[in-house]
Amino acid sequence: MKTLAKRLVIAATAAALMVGAAHAHRAWIVPSATVVSGDNAWVTLDAAVSNNLFFPDHRPMQVDAITITAPDGSIVKPANASVGQYRTTFDLKLDQKGTYSIAQANSGLNASWKEGTETKRWRGSMAEYVSQGIDKKPGVELTLSSRRVETFVTNGAPTPIKSTGKGLEISGAHPNDLYSGEEVTFKLTDNGKPAANVEITLIQGGDRYREQAGEVMLKTGADGTFKMKAENAGMYWLEAESRGTASMEGKSVKSMSTLVAVLEVLPG
Amino acid sequence: MPKLRVQSLLCLAVPVVTAGAAHAGGIELTVEIPKLSVAEYHRPYVAIWIEDASGKVAANLSVWYDTDLKDSEGEKWLKDIRQWWRRTGRTLNMPMDGVSSPTKPPGANKVTFPSDKGPLASLAPGDYKLIVEATREVGGKEMVEVPFKWAPGSEATASAKGKEELGAVTLKLTK
Repeated sequence: MKTLAKRLVIAATAAALMVGAAHAHRAWIVPSATVVSGDNAWVTLDAAVSNNLFFPDHRPMQVDAITITAPDGSIVKPANASVGQYRTTFDLKLDQKGTYSIAQANSGLNASWKEGTETKRWRGSMAEYVSQGIDKKPGVELTLSSRRVETFVTNGAPTPIKSTGKGLEISGAHPNDLYSGEEVTFKLTDNGKPAANVEITLIQGGDRYREQAGEVMLKTGADGTFKMKAENAGMYWLEAESRGTASMEGKSVKSMSTLVAVLEVLPG
Repeated sequence: MPKLRVQSLLCLAVPVVTAGAAHAGGIELTVEIPKLSVAEYHRPYVAIWIEDASGKVAANLSVWYDTDLKDSEGEKWLKDIRQWWRRTGRTLNMPMDGVSSPTKPPGANKVTFPSDKGPLASLAPGDYKLIVEATREVGGKEMVEVPFKWAPGSEATASAKGKEELGAVTLKLTK
């Protein structure tokens, strides 16, 4: 009885990781400002996983997992980092002019196969996939899952954001040049290729004070682009999930990429 | 080489400007900053620019901000003059000679821009909007637009009024 319950919990957890991870709670990195000026520009950032946007109420984001990329492509260490009960906080000094990306990006392999009537699940690296003999399991299905939680801050004039070519990424319109009532065209790429027919959820922060979150569903076209127009200025949480195929060490595997971007829309 | 040429032209232009300054027409602008009865008052940061019919910045006239703060601390808040920042401020190197200026007190502040030098010297005749944007620390923001026709040598007056952060903005074109 106990074993069964335990097994069910494990199965449910694994399933949640596989499919619903992005939906169970919302991950975000929120800067105190997205547009700054001057020669001594700082922002402070919060990073957390919560139910309400953007109020920390569940778990902090691990600071080691966060990468800050400066306009020239160099990596900047977070300053004054502290992991709290509900949120991680850190500072960023913007020594360069241009756009900084602050992102938590990770990827991993998920495998599943059947043993009798039971579905087995496994998560690990490519090397472990082979060394642990997972690749020999009958009917094994391998999925490369990538996840990116990102925000952007610009000191002075916005500069282009360089694609890493990994997972789901946003390009097109500049994420630090958004104004209420103005339509912009973004593009999603998955592993560097246009991410077609991807559903996007857009929610304005402060949903705690609204009866309905008022989420807006958007979808990319065949070329990976989608249009966005926010009537209200504010901080927005954008989430997208793309499924496709990726190539890993010569093997074609299924891929599932998730992107969360926190975007500020300023009064137009 | 092009730089040198500009420089020598400027040198040539100096005596002309000095001699002609008293007669040169241009824009006489009066920007009224309202006196506000608030718990914490700071003079507003104000940007003044000219926009062409397509919405592009045709001339940067003035930015009033805390130019004297230690370590250029005043520049930290320039992004709060939001529309100006977006349109032109973010690409400029501050302080800007002839454009950067200290904040102004409540009352009618008069500034003049001669037509034969500075940003107006290269402004082609046509229809424009003069825009004044004010933003106040722990206060509000406001933008006032005054449409006008730029035809150097002709006289005209145009004005518009703000509601909260700006009073009357009066633009006088002088011969």
